[in-house]
Amino acid sequence: MIAVSAAGLYRRYGRRWALVDVGFEVPEGELVMITGRNGSGKSTLLRVLATAIRADRGTVRILGVDVRRERERARRGLALLGHRTHLYEPLTALENLAVAARFLGGDPGRKGLLARLEEVGLADRGDDAVQTFSAGMRQRLALARVLQQNARVVLLDEPYGHLDPSGFALVDRLLRRLRGQGATVLMATHLLLRGRALCERGLVLEAGRLVFAGATADMPEPAGADGAGFAEGA
Amino acid sequence: MGIFTFGAATLLLFSFAIGPDSVALRQHAGGFLWLALLLASTLSLAESFEREMEEQALEGLLLLPASARALYYGKAIANWIQLALLGSALVPIMVVLYDAGTLRVGKLVGVILLGTAGLSAPGTLYASMTAQARARQTLLPLLLFPLVVPVLLAAVKATSLLILGDPMDQLRPWSMLLGAFAVIHWALGGLLFGRVVED
Repeated sequence: MIAVSAAGLYRRYGRRWALVDVGFEVPEGELVMITGRNGSGKSTLLRVLATAIRADRGTVRILGVDVRRERERARRGLALLGHRTHLYEPLTALENLAVAARFLGGDPGRKGLLARLEEVGLADRGDDAVQTFSAGMRQRLALARVLQQNARVVLLDEPYGHLDPSGFALVDRLLRRLRGQGATVLMATHLLLRGRALCERGLVLEAGRLVFAGATADMPEPAGADGAGFAEGA
Repeated sequence: MGIFTFGAATLLLFSFAIGPDSVALRQHAGGFLWLALLLASTLSLAESFEREMEEQALEGLLLLPASARALYYGKAIANWIQLALLGSALVPIMVVLYDAGTLRVGKLVGVILLGTAGLSAPGTLYASMTAQARARQTLLPLLLFPLVVPVLLAAVKATSLLILGDPMDQLRPWSMLLGAFAVIHWALGGLLFGRVVED
């Protein structure tokens, strides 16, 4: 089954086109990396797929559901980790997860939520307000919230962002776990070596256009890429 | 506490503007109560989506997916409770400053509930529209005030009838008008909120 299908996607901000005629298909259970230079349209593409923003033209289907026609139904199968964490700053880590759990119809009990925080290495900070967290800790909590959704399609925008080396290893583990669970993952990242090691397929964007879609082994490096510019962490 | 202080200060300043004429003070008490409430409401309404916008928490809820309509009614009810409490808290200040008491306290509370319902529903909708604007404290009143003029007029009239007496039994039709505006605003707010907050 095709988990994510995009065809003829266009999206612009003012006069600038962020996506131009982007189309691809991702079979269920695949891990796909999306790469490209800053401003190439990676985040916009993920946000369009996640139904956070609408495409000006084109169609997106998530698990066979047309997002334009059945937005809410499509969202039930999706989870997005974006540049913004979607967290309530004054609430504690546990309270943030409890809010999400209530909307998801899951168990908002402390024990279950603490176990979720344990997965991302934040169990000892569960009762602290998010506004006291560092950027890396916020990223970990945002990852916990994404995992909480048990989505079949997971969209991750720079999941390694702000994380320390143990955080890098955490994301690697989570990606492998998602793959084991049969989830489809699309991940925007600049970490080429890591992405190639973890993902079967890759998409490369340049100025909003999809210039490559295929096996990560065959993937060209984005223009301007070099070893120093794409540090891989520990 | 901040908006209560602002509302009380507004009532105090209006009483200075009228001067020591106790008849004029009583006559204008209802109008000034609602003006103070309206001005204070723009402060609380403008802040009502601040937390949701900091890290795009509102978008996060919508993507969960949470129903936009449920989120709207949750926010609007919270704003309604806040404004109704503020209105009720300003009544004793009005009584003291304007010598404008009424024995029909239950009916006055009813008018405050209906009037604040008519303010909070469109106020919540416009607050969501202006939440990301840099000049939201200015933009919100510009959008909200023209829309709530009928609510304001009906609320002032109903409150004045309670304070000054109602020999023609006009309170009922004005209250019904307030109720009708509240129903329209709440229904429209629920329908439109999704379109306002979604891209």
